[in-house]
Amino acid sequence: MDNLDVVIATDCGSTTTKAILIEKKEDGYHQTFRGEAPTTVEAPFEDVTRGVLNAIQEIEELSGRQILDGERIISPAEGNRGVDIYISTSSAGGGLQMVVSGVVKAMTGESAQRCALGAGAIVMDVMAANDGRLPHEKIERIRQLRPDMVLLAGGTDGGTISHVVELAEYIAAADPKPRFGSGFKLPVIYAGNKEARAEVDAVLGEKAALTVTDNIRPTLEEENLGPARQVIHDMFLEHVMAQAPGYRKLMEMTGAPIMPTPGAVGEIMQTIARQQKINVVGVDIGGATTDVFSVFSEVFNRTVSANLGMSYSISNVLAEAGLADILRWVPFYIEESDLRDRIKNKMIRPTTIPQLLEELQVEQAIAREALRLAFIQHRALAVGLKGVQTTRTLSDVFDQNDEDASLVQMLDLDLLVGSGGVLSHAPGRAQAAAMMIDAFQPEGVTRLAVDSIFMMPHLGVLSTVNEKAATEVFDRDCLIYLGTCIAPKGTGKLAEPCLNYSVELPSGRREGVLAVGALELLHLAADEEAQLIMKPPRDWDVGAGPGQEVQTLVRGGVIGLVLDGRGRPIQFAHDENEQLAQVAAWHRALNLYGG
Amino acid sequence: MAHAYTPGLRVTRYAVVRKERKLPLKGDVVVENGATVRRDEVVARTELPGDVVALNLVNRLGCSPGEVPRYMLKKEGEHIGEGEPLAATQPLIKWFKSTVNSPASGVIESISSVTGQVILRKKPRPVEVLAYVDGRVVEVFADEGVCIETRGAYMQGIFGVGGECWGPLHIAVQSPDERLETLGSECAGKIVVVGSLVTQGIIDRARAVGAIGLIGGGLRDQDLRALLGYDLGVAITGDEDIGLTVVVTEGFGEIAIARKTFDILIECAGREVSVSGATQIRAGVLRPEIIVPDTTGDSRQEDRGQSGEQGMGIGALLRVIRVPYFGRIGRVSALPAELQQVESGALVRVLEVEFEDGEKAVVPRANVEMIEE
Repeated sequence: MDNLDVVIATDCGSTTTKAILIEKKEDGYHQTFRGEAPTTVEAPFEDVTRGVLNAIQEIEELSGRQILDGERIISPAEGNRGVDIYISTSSAGGGLQMVVSGVVKAMTGESAQRCALGAGAIVMDVMAANDGRLPHEKIERIRQLRPDMVLLAGGTDGGTISHVVELAEYIAAADPKPRFGSGFKLPVIYAGNKEARAEVDAVLGEKAALTVTDNIRPTLEEENLGPARQVIHDMFLEHVMAQAPGYRKLMEMTGAPIMPTPGAVGEIMQTIARQQKINVVGVDIGGATTDVFSVFSEVFNRTVSANLGMSYSISNVLAEAGLADILRWVPFYIEESDLRDRIKNKMIRPTTIPQLLEELQVEQAIAREALRLAFIQHRALAVGLKGVQTTRTLSDVFDQNDEDASLVQMLDLDLLVGSGGVLSHAPGRAQAAAMMIDAFQPEGVTRLAVDSIFMMPHLGVLSTVNEKAATEVFDRDCLIYLGTCIAPKGTGKLAEPCLNYSVELPSGRREGVLAVGALELLHLAADEEAQLIMKPPRDWDVGAGPGQEVQTLVRGGVIGLVLDGRGRPIQFAHDENEQLAQVAAWHRALNLYGG
Repeated sequence: MAHAYTPGLRVTRYAVVRKERKLPLKGDVVVENGATVRRDEVVARTELPGDVVALNLVNRLGCSPGEVPRYMLKKEGEHIGEGEPLAATQPLIKWFKSTVNSPASGVIESISSVTGQVILRKKPRPVEVLAYVDGRVVEVFADEGVCIETRGAYMQGIFGVGGECWGPLHIAVQSPDERLETLGSECAGKIVVVGSLVTQGIIDRARAVGAIGLIGGGLRDQDLRALLGYDLGVAITGDEDIGLTVVVTEGFGEIAIARKTFDILIECAGREVSVSGATQIRAGVLRPEIIVPDTTGDSRQEDRGQSGEQGMGIGALLRVIRVPYFGRIGRVSALPAELQQVESGALVRVLEVEFEDGEKAVVPRANVEMIEE
């Protein structure tokens, strides 16, 4: 769709519906106004369109453009009236919740998981013939979970039939009811061995709303996620969304299919990676969940860590990371019981914000661990297999759990994008940069950015109707470039050199030696570039191999260039007092908290 | 920004409380609209499908999956008793015959010729929903449950663990900021108000003497961990099997019970109360509660108090819910419209509060909750 001058887009989140207006100006597309209103999926309204109309009304008031005629969106745009298209994403009502299954957990089970996650789902459980659970345990689990949808995979084409049918029998025995619309049948997508279709249909055809699609793993060496992902999107609209309050009306209002929010963010990530020919990692850290996206060598992966977040799930970050790993980022001593009570108080009153600097530092320490854990989960799943219809060798197949086999190789990462309240709304942009560097530990040369006002979902769905508009707004208004992180990979003794560098800054040439354990900050504005020459000592790597020189052009940002000599993984002092001093020094080097 | 406030918890002496009591699956409603019900009375019942036993007979019979249906001694839909023969091969020489007996009694749900799997469904499990509060049925949801209305005191806590319980209310402290050190045998079978902190020691004593519920201002996370046996990650509670119900009215740490809550509890001492510890912060926000139905026929007007979502004006009573003023109570003395920078460096909407001792402070609006008057 090319002739779009005015676009209104909404994202219906669990708590807030966010609307943005995008307008075509002389120099291209711009995001111009933004409005938000509480989401109205639950009682007393139980109609998602109420929140949408309220958010759009706020934009009308701010922009002076009339968009609504009663409850109808005026289209097409004429002068200062109407819009050319209305598009939306949704994660309201808990998003898309799925159970997936495959015969072998590490093979078809993992492929099924990647397939569902990539489509924007939360995977509640992965069932497999070899998952160690007894049949009745599996059946009981499916029954308890009440997923929105089940993806049944398993078996290569021409391979095992009985194991796949056995899984179908468990699903049939559980006879789960969908969350929405108790009178409806549960949607089940079969994407396994094509030879087993008739048998699966015999078992599930009556009990479920069964859709059959191409096998996600036609051979051991080949993964084909595209067709099943498309069916998930279709079923999401037909079965899940159509049952949620007000969504039928919303679907009639939109000019393109409604997408699950994380699916839309994945779209924009892939578009950017494709257009700029770069490798990207993106993260969206929310109150309840953290989503991680990556596009490496055009292969897209997404994971969601359902219980890592900064409010509802903050206590779970403590439970999973452990106290010591959180406290290692805090530059002052804090009593354990006091910290525990503070975290629990945030959990039960999730909308509160840190008033004191000390409180902010603790929350940002927790955010580092939430991001770090979510990224570990992502790297573990983003392995080996090459997304849609690509091939890998047999020897790789048996290495699927090896972390080195992860597609996400940090030395190859070009851009790291952060989104979500704790990153987008950090009082200082340097704080966002520091949280991302500490959590993701980028290696070599990596550009850092944050989503300014959380518009990636809107742009993701826009990219499906007009890619040019989406990428222009993404570059111009969505991303705030923080700067570039330069981090030699390796470990060494404190204060020994880990990098000799020479950089042609606009203010003049700067040469220096980065010491192990040190952080340095060089000013380089967002619209500036600098030629950088890096010579690491033996055993240290900045992208061309240990000890190899790299020359590259680096771009600035609101923070500038961060030279990170802390090693990979970051090396902490063992003594508690030394560690406190070390962290305080890192904070001073990046001027994180003033003073 | 009208929704920047954390809505205050509802604490009121005279409320009309409606509780929906629904079955997990459709079933029978056993009370009629208008009926008076007691807290321990069954209002609806149903049967949950029985547990499933999956048996793969291929190895047990030494046959192929396709042969399994032929060897079955019972057909789909038939009942079978525990130990009764389920399937047997039919060899020419009887000596080679293999028989599989049913490991449980139930109904044969399916027999698969593809996998050789037989699914046996045990008998259904009965489920009953109790009234939970004394009151009157004001609505019947056909096949699902009822809505029960009661009048009386209603107090929401901020966090709880343990399910629904009921019993006489016992006040074991003199003031809301007192910390109780021990419990006596007089607390057996009662729901006990223990002051500013529910400690591990008090929980142990409560279990020892047979108290069924504890109400306090605060709870330490380390004590919660000891009580549950694990670190609570997400605030979804109510199903814990811990032998008693705990309701915390203010938060984590030692905090005096809010004066208004404490005064109502004092007034209701000795009365039968219904208490639930179930808490769910996400989606729908479920808070623990204390309900004291009025048995005196007092039909005073419902006191709905102020709703936190309506915003607040100068003079409104509030409690700060985050450090550095956590737990302090005061009144709004100014509501500046502009964003202000707080100590953390964040630019946020704030309000000025005057505490009970006359001290004034500026706090983010997100960090206060209203107290009904």
